[in-house]
Formats: sequence, structure tokens, C-alpha cells
Amino acid sequence: MSRTHINCTINGDQTDFLSESGGSLLNALRDDVGLMGVKEGCGTGDCGACSVLMDDRVTCACLIFAPEAEGRTIVTIEGLANADELHPLQQCFLEGAALQCGICTPGFLMAAKALLDKNPHPTETEVRYALAGNLCRCTGYDKIIRAVLDAAEGMRASAQTGDAA
Amino acid sequence: MDYVAPTTIEDAVGALSSTPESRVFAGATDLIPQIRSGRPEPGLLVDLKRIERLTAVTEGANAWTIGAAAPTSLLTEDPGFSNQFPGLSEAAGLIGSDQIQNRSSLGGNLCNASPAADSVPAMLVNEARAVVATAGGTRTVGVGEIATGPGRTSLAPGEFIVEFEVDKPPAHSGDAYLRMTPRTEMDIAVVGVGVRITLDADGNCAEARIAVGAVAPTARRVADAEAALVGQPINDDTLAAVARAASAACDPIDDKRGTIAYRKQVTGVLAKRAVTIAAARAAGEDTENAATTNGAH
Ligand SMILES: Cc1cc2nc3c(=O)[nH]c(=O)nc-3n(C[C@H](O)[C@H](O)[C@H](O)COP(=O)(O)OP(=O)(O)OC[C@H]3O[C@@H](n4cnc5c(N)ncnc54)[C@H](O)[C@@H]3O)c2cc1C
Ligand code: FES
Ligand code: FES
Repeated sequence: MSRTHINCTINGDQTDFLSESGGSLLNALRDDVGLMGVKEGCGTGDCGACSVLMDDRVTCACLIFAPEAEGRTIVTIEGLANADELHPLQQCFLEGAALQCGICTPGFLMAAKALLDKNPHPTETEVRYALAGNLCRCTGYDKIIRAVLDAAEGMRASAQTGDAA
Repeated sequence: MDYVAPTTIEDAVGALSSTPESRVFAGATDLIPQIRSGRPEPGLLVDLKRIERLTAVTEGANAWTIGAAAPTSLLTEDPGFSNQFPGLSEAAGLIGSDQIQNRSSLGGNLCNASPAADSVPAMLVNEARAVVATAGGTRTVGVGEIATGPGRTSLAPGEFIVEFEVDKPPAHSGDAYLRMTPRTEMDIAVVGVGVRITLDADGNCAEARIAVGAVAPTARRVADAEAALVGQPINDDTLAAVARAASAACDPIDDKRGTIAYRKQVTGVLAKRAVTIAAARAAGEDTENAATTNGAH
């Protein structure tokens, strides 16, 4: 397989790497860039464990060919926290025990971030639909849904007091 | 596999003719799972998404033009589009998760040629046209002429779809798409029904278009079901006739997800419901997103 040189922005940093032209962005992020937070559950778009944002849209990295990333802006779970300060979603997942083994968690967090970025005030039904592409085999979905609703509420409250999260 | 991302239609046509084992793709949401399940790898991947015209969704005076590689999320996010084509927008919104809809395209949905592709019955009832790029330029064909059987299309090697044209509906029209899946989300249709109804000044049906998916080798229009409505009021009798004709038009497979008898019966039920929703929209009544409120996904 031929290897391609790819330039893109990952978690705010200009990044270039060599990758297999027919390989997935998921494998490129893990094996060529070293971002192990992106998980592989199924490799076929069904589980959402590999969810990343590409140009602000949530996508499955397993269904993207690595060279498609050229010139794009990618955010992975490693880019979610602000230095040492966890993102409110991460904090609420921790406090609400919204994870057990944790393999699904990065994907849930990225899908939830994409939702809250465009809809800061989602209903429970909207959260459930927005996370329908993410599967969790251990936690049960209720704690995850509640954590996202809690984070949304917290982010709205701090946006109001001017203490933007 | 090699990868190229041409920025013009001409360059894409050139790439396809230079490598016989080449394959166009848009979202790759069908292509990658198929390769992973052991289908042969193409020698050259031709990414259509860097060609501006292929990812644009634009409203013209009389028609909308939808780039064949545009992510289907654009069709659910644009209120201008979803107000005029609520059924086509709902069908696009049923394709997988948000992650999938940010990648999946109408071109891929049609050319993958799954009998269960959700957008196809909704495109058929809107009589969408496909603009096809060929070595000599472009030609325009009805969407119904593209898929010829499961996994097969009428496109010649090297041809691909550039965009779809969908005429704006006449006044007092409405469309709807309903599907039946065992699960609410993230499942493939066992039956899908698209409908477009135009009403006359008396509230009778002036024009009816009804198409079924997942119940035959390709999605198809059902002329008998349409004829049962034209010139008629929409009532229990005419709806019963629609259901009978829609069931009779099915030539489904029998599998663990649905027996033949079940698929036929559900087709009739969904056809009635979709006609009712489309007619209410044609009459200007508010209907919520049919796909998420009707209990039939
Ligand atoms: C988890 C998951 C859930 C899904 N759920 C649904 C669902 O509910 N309903 C549904 O209908 N589908 C579903 N799908 C299937 C798929 O997402 C859709 O069919 C989608 O519309 C395909 O679009 P794409 O751009 O990703 O196609 P691609 O994978 O890029 O292409 C599919 C095929 O079409 C060809 N092709 C693509 N674009 C063109 C073009 N412009 N001209 C000619 N040929 C072209 C390609 O060569 C390939 O053979 C699902 C898939 C996944 C992974
Ligand atoms: S690994 Fe990508 S969706 Fe499962
Ligand atoms: S916590 Fe184990 S899969 Fe979700």
C-alpha cells in the first residue's frame, strides 16, 4: 500500500504525518499520530467509539480514509479538556458515574459535544437521538443521558454568569 | 488502494478512465464496511467531495439542486429545504446516526443500490433527476433509471452522478416518507413508503405519487395505488384501495427480519399512513416530523 503525506489541524495543532492511503483515519490517529483516545469498537460505523469532530461535525473515524483529513480540522477526545481543566461533559460523566469500562466514553463525549455546540438546551429525547450512534455495553444509557443533560445545564448556567466554560 | 481527490468533474472523469479498478465514493459509509467484510478493494479511490458542485445544496427559482456527494445532514438542517420537501428531508434524516448523516450522500444511497435505501422512494415521488457525468459531458436521467437490482446500477464504468435536480412541488402538495424497522434508530428498513399528494381546490386528490422500498429488488412507483386516489377524496375507502394496491405491488424477500406476508401487510399500512400525512401537509395542516412521531420508523 502506498503511504501519503497528510497535513491537517488536530486538537488545535498543525500536524503532518505519513499514513496508508487506503487506511482509515481511525488507524492513522492511533498508529501514526499516537492519539489512543480514539477507540475502535466495530470498524463499520455502528458503535460510535471512534467518533471525532471533522470540521465541527461528528463523524466515525473508522469510516474516513486517512487522506481525506488533508486540510481539515480534527478534534479528538484529547482536545476536549482545557489544559488541566476537564470539559463540563467530562466532569459530569465522572460525577454521574456515566462510564464503567470506558471504551465507549470518548465517542459519547465527542458526540455529546457536537450536540451541545449546536443545541445548548436539548431535551432528553434530543439527547437520546443525538447519541443513537453510540453504543455502550456496560453502563446503561440513563446515566450517560443524565450526565449530558447535567453538563448542558451547567454550561448554560456558567454562560449566564459570564463564566464561560 | 491509492487515493485521489480531484477538484473538477473533468479531473474525476480522467482519473476514472486512467485506472480500470477505480471507484468513486462520497461518505464511504457503505464502501468501507463492504471492503471490511471482504469485498474486493478498488485500486484507486476517487473522492468526490472536493468538487464544489458535488457537495452544494442550492435553491433555484423552480428547483433545488443537491450535490450527489453532499452530506445528508444538509437536507435536515436547512429549514428552507425541509419545509418544501418534508418527506425527502425525513428520509435523509433516517439514514443512520448523526455520525453517518454528516457523511452519507444521496449519490451513495442511490448507487449502492440497496433495495432498502431510505432516500430513494422519497426521491422517486419527487421525480428527482440525476445529472450523470460521462466521458463526453453530462446526461440527465430519472432517479428510477439508476438502480437495476441489488448492488447494480445502469451507470457505465467511469460514470458518476454529479447532482440531483428536484422540482419544487406545485401549490397544495405535500410529501412524506415512513419506514418500518425493528429498532427505532440505526436499523435498515423492512418496508419504506414515500408519498407525494397534490390536492385540488375541493380537497380531492389531483395527483398522487406512491413508491415503495425494501419490498422488491429496487424501489418502485406503484401505479395502481396512485390511480386509486386520483380524482378521489381521501377517505377510508380510497385509503383501503391504496393499501391493497401497495401490498399487491410487493415482491419481497422472506428473512428473519420480516416474512413475505408481514412485509406485504406493513406496506399497505404504511402507505395509508404516509398518504394521510402527505395529504394533511398538502392541505397546509401542521404535521410534526412524521418519521419520529408516527411510531413506524
Ligand atoms: C451505521 C450505519 C447505518 C446506516 N443506516 C442506514 C439507513 O438507516 N438507511 C439507509 O438507507 N442507509 C443506511 N446506511 C447506509 C449508508 O450510510 C447510505 O446508503 C449512504 O447514503 C451511502 O452514502 P455514502 O456517500 O456514504 O456512500 P459511499 O459509501 O461513498 O458509496 C456507496 C456506493 O455508491 C457509489 N457512489 C457514491 N457516490 C456516487 C456518485 N456520485 N455516483 C456514482 N456512484 C457513487 C460508490 O462507488 C459505492 O459503490 C447506514 C450505514 C451505516 C454504516
Ligand atoms: S469503530 Fe467506528 S463506529 Fe465502531
Ligand atoms: S462503559 Fe463499557 S462500553 Fe460503555
